Amino acid sequence: MTALRRHRALHAIWDRGPGWRGALATVNHTDIGRRFIVTAFVFFCIGGVLAMLIRTQLATPGSAFVGPAIYNQIFTMHGSIMMFLFAIPMIEGLAFYMLPKLLGGRDMAYPRLSAFGYWCYLFGGTILVLALLFGVAPDGGWFMYTPLSSKTYTPGINADIWLIGVTFVEVSAMAAAIEIMVSVLKLRAPGLRIDQMPLFAWYLLVTALMMLIGFPPLILGSILLEIERAFDWPFFDPNRGGDPLLWQHLFWLFGHPEVYIIFLPAAGVVSTVLPVMARSRIVGYGWIIAAILALAILSFGLWVHHMFATGIPHMALGFFSAASALVAIPTGIQIFAWIGTIWAGRPELKLPMLHIFGFFVVFIIGGLTGVMLAMVPFNWQAHDTAFVTAHLHYVLVGGFIFPMLAGAAYWLPHFTGRRPIERLGKAAFWLIFIGFNLTFFMMHMVGLLGQPRRVYSYPEAMGWTWYNLLASFGSFIMAFGFALFALDVAMQVFLGRRSQRNPWRAGTLEWAMLLPPPTYNFASLPRVADHDPLAADPDLATALARGEGYLAEPRHGWRETLAGDMLTGRPEYIVLLPGNSLLPLVMAIMTGGFFLSILGGVYVLAPVFLVAVAACGWRWAWRVGQREDLGAIDAGCDLVLPIHGEAPGSPGYWGSVLAIVADGTLFATLVFGYAYLWTIASGWPPPQLIAATPFAAGLSVIALAAASLAGRRAGAVPATAATRRIALGIGSAAQLAALAALVFEIATAVPPPASHAYAATVMVLFAYAAVHVALALLLMVFAWNRVGAGFVSDRRTAELRVAAMWQDYAAVVTLVVLLVTKVPAMLS
Amino acid sequence: MSTLAPGGPAAAAIADLWWFMLAGAVAIFAGTMALFLMAFRAQARGPASTRLWIMGLGIAFPTTVLVSLLVYGLLVGERLQASAAPDVVEVEAMGRQWEWGFRQVQGDRRGAETVGVLHIPAGRPVDVLVRSEDVIHSFWVPMLAGKMDAIPGKTNRLRLLASRPGRYAGACAEFCGIGHTGNRFFVVAHDPASWARLAQGTS
Repeated sequence: MTALRRHRALHAIWDRGPGWRGALATVNHTDIGRRFIVTAFVFFCIGGVLAMLIRTQLATPGSAFVGPAIYNQIFTMHGSIMMFLFAIPMIEGLAFYMLPKLLGGRDMAYPRLSAFGYWCYLFGGTILVLALLFGVAPDGGWFMYTPLSSKTYTPGINADIWLIGVTFVEVSAMAAAIEIMVSVLKLRAPGLRIDQMPLFAWYLLVTALMMLIGFPPLILGSILLEIERAFDWPFFDPNRGGDPLLWQHLFWLFGHPEVYIIFLPAAGVVSTVLPVMARSRIVGYGWIIAAILALAILSFGLWVHHMFATGIPHMALGFFSAASALVAIPTGIQIFAWIGTIWAGRPELKLPMLHIFGFFVVFIIGGLTGVMLAMVPFNWQAHDTAFVTAHLHYVLVGGFIFPMLAGAAYWLPHFTGRRPIERLGKAAFWLIFIGFNLTFFMMHMVGLLGQPRRVYSYPEAMGWTWYNLLASFGSFIMAFGFALFALDVAMQVFLGRRSQRNPWRAGTLEWAMLLPPPTYNFASLPRVADHDPLAADPDLATALARGEGYLAEPRHGWRETLAGDMLTGRPEYIVLLPGNSLLPLVMAIMTGGFFLSILGGVYVLAPVFLVAVAACGWRWAWRVGQREDLGAIDAGCDLVLPIHGEAPGSPGYWGSVLAIVADGTLFATLVFGYAYLWTIASGWPPPQLIAATPFAAGLSVIALAAASLAGRRAGAVPATAATRRIALGIGSAAQLAALAALVFEIATAVPPPASHAYAATVMVLFAYAAVHVALALLLMVFAWNRVGAGFVSDRRTAELRVAAMWQDYAAVVTLVVLLVTKVPAMLS
Repeated sequence: MSTLAPGGPAAAAIADLWWFMLAGAVAIFAGTMALFLMAFRAQARGPASTRLWIMGLGIAFPTTVLVSLLVYGLLVGERLQASAAPDVVEVEAMGRQWEWGFRQVQGDRRGAETVGVLHIPAGRPVDVLVRSEDVIHSFWVPMLAGKMDAIPGKTNRLRLLASRPGRYAGACAEFCGIGHTGNRFFVVAHDPASWARLAQGTS
């Protein structure tokens, strides 16, 4: 087969199809990645316009440009958009676009999930921005502190829009986290050991793990606050056993790791671009990985530094102060590894390197002020002043925007297939760099002079006028810089000359393809030994296009890519990826219907949409799989491998494991909240505990134990289809009994949830258990049908194992819920 | 409102900490940027040394700086705590949307409320019992001390001392809704004679 015929055959398989339907149904990672990036940039522009409005308002004292009501919406939305609708989705987009190309695969692990995530992000973001247009945008700050955001003090829909919109967007972040982890761990090119993979993949792997653990506390907090607002369950109300500080703990338990979730991928861009620009190899590869891991761990131990002024005892603050300062060490390792890398090479000051220079200046200043703020006494003065606003912009613009601009300059030829126009880009850089520093350097000073955050106006007598005027002036220079950047990109897309392959002479695999990239990435998959394969073999691209790698022969219209051992990259099986589908879009619309019915207070519709989402999920899972054993088949280069459905540890299995990790984090946070309220909040012990009767509780535990045993029996090998169906049938019946027992408890034993935070939390714990038993039931019934339809054999048991895993999880959480609620009731 | 024009020992200790950290930060920034820029001047020197760049500059250097700074910060923080003293005056600061109400505290008794003005004696330690009636606010008089949040359901204690009699501007530092910007107040520190007259008038 010639290279051109191979290209046509593969393109026919991987292309998205014509017209609107093709655009809506595409699941290809290049399409989805580009879409995330472009949409995130649009939201960045909206957030930027809001920032301009803030600076216009603050430019002069006593300004009458906007009043406080609008101003509060503007700064709340500026923060929320930049965090949730720009930074995180931009990372997701870059990861989706880049990872398969960087790792030598043809797509991400769950293409339909990528598409679903994109639609959730788009719809959730649209809800937030529309609210702004209608003047009902959130106005309680992007941190939404209770009780200001509770119903009493924010009676309107504004806060609900934040909670619902952001949670909707977070669905996509959770999906992306799971998908990125499985793709990095499993879908690498043959032979690519984990300790040899490109640093960018390491950064994204750790980032995804942090998202997986960092976002559940925020999602839980949002759910609890929305329940409090909608049904008056007093989780955060100090008059009824709640505690407003619980919200702050949940929020910052997410909110601080969030900063590193944003920084790490950007640092990954620096670690990728800088060695290429310096014409050398990265110094301290292993040390950098250790530094990333240390950052990830430390970042979960310093959330309290946002709460130094809440009255927590000083010695306890000392611990978080130390953790916050020590986080500078792994950052220092990276900074000096990068500088050492430049020293070792022959650096060229091309546009990407210029942005890296901007990154160094701005980010180091942000890091230094960060260490200052980690010192508790100084924090008591600077907290909630313009100094902190300045600090966080130095960290986030320095630690995210400049690296992303470097990445844009570096990868634009890859996205567009066009050569860059350097001069315009350099002018844009200087405008952004000078404008940024003028704006935010002033804000350090005016903060020290006592200007608090989130004030819409200030009197002339304060002496803050000149600083604010200069800051506003600088922000307009910066805005011109970003406009010029957008113009530069547009010119390159429409007028640029065609770029040659690998214009920067880089070593990583994403440059081993035609530009712009073909839909299938690689005509055949390479065998890779280290993180810079093109350095060793500059002609790799041609060899792959000629079909000299794995999976070179298109067959059966299958979308095929390889999966290997997590550590060694030894090939394990062929993954057959699903093709284009409208299902992600439909499912996202149904999910949106669910969220909108809660937002509108039309609670009767919510379960209807939930059933529709479950139906979509059913169809989603039903459309993959095989009805016969294929055995080991040819994978090219004398390798024969099974397909993923016939191998242990398929992508779906690992995805389930990670989903349980995320879900378990949410549950652990819920139990933490319960224990926190019990020990810290005032108004405890509650006036009325749950009824101590053990009967229904005991029944549900026994039934769930039986269901777990049945799940295990159903997945045993060898077994006939009839045996499996009997086991699954018994298991489902047991689950149904457990569910009934839990519902009975909820209806009869729990005190009225609006009466006290105890009752509200116990109700949520029981609801959590019941929802998971119901989910496990759905999965087991699904498995029963799949066995009947012939999708399961002794070789193809993945679905049974997934169903059993969720059943075990439901059993464990139910047991924990019963222990933490019933035991105190029995003891009292 | 400037944190750098301290009117009492707490704000002065923090201002000293700030100037110390600023000097250190400028030195570290200048040194790091010099290394970065010199890299462009240097001719290729072969593989970089992990010992120098990672272990020396990346680990040993920040660890030394940070540990010493942490000890300094912790000691300053301990000194600012409300420790027992014979002549402490207690006052209550009640945050609400959107004003501050202040009352003198004597055991279980509370004096009459003054809105927007907190009277204290100069030269004596004052413990402000910071509370809230509705949402979270934050009590902040930058020239006297750091800030302390007013959280519904909680009472937080903040130690102040105004060295000289005078008027010190204060503001709510935690966003508390539409009236947040205007949620300001004053602290008036009285000399002993004036304080005695005030105490007579209120009791």
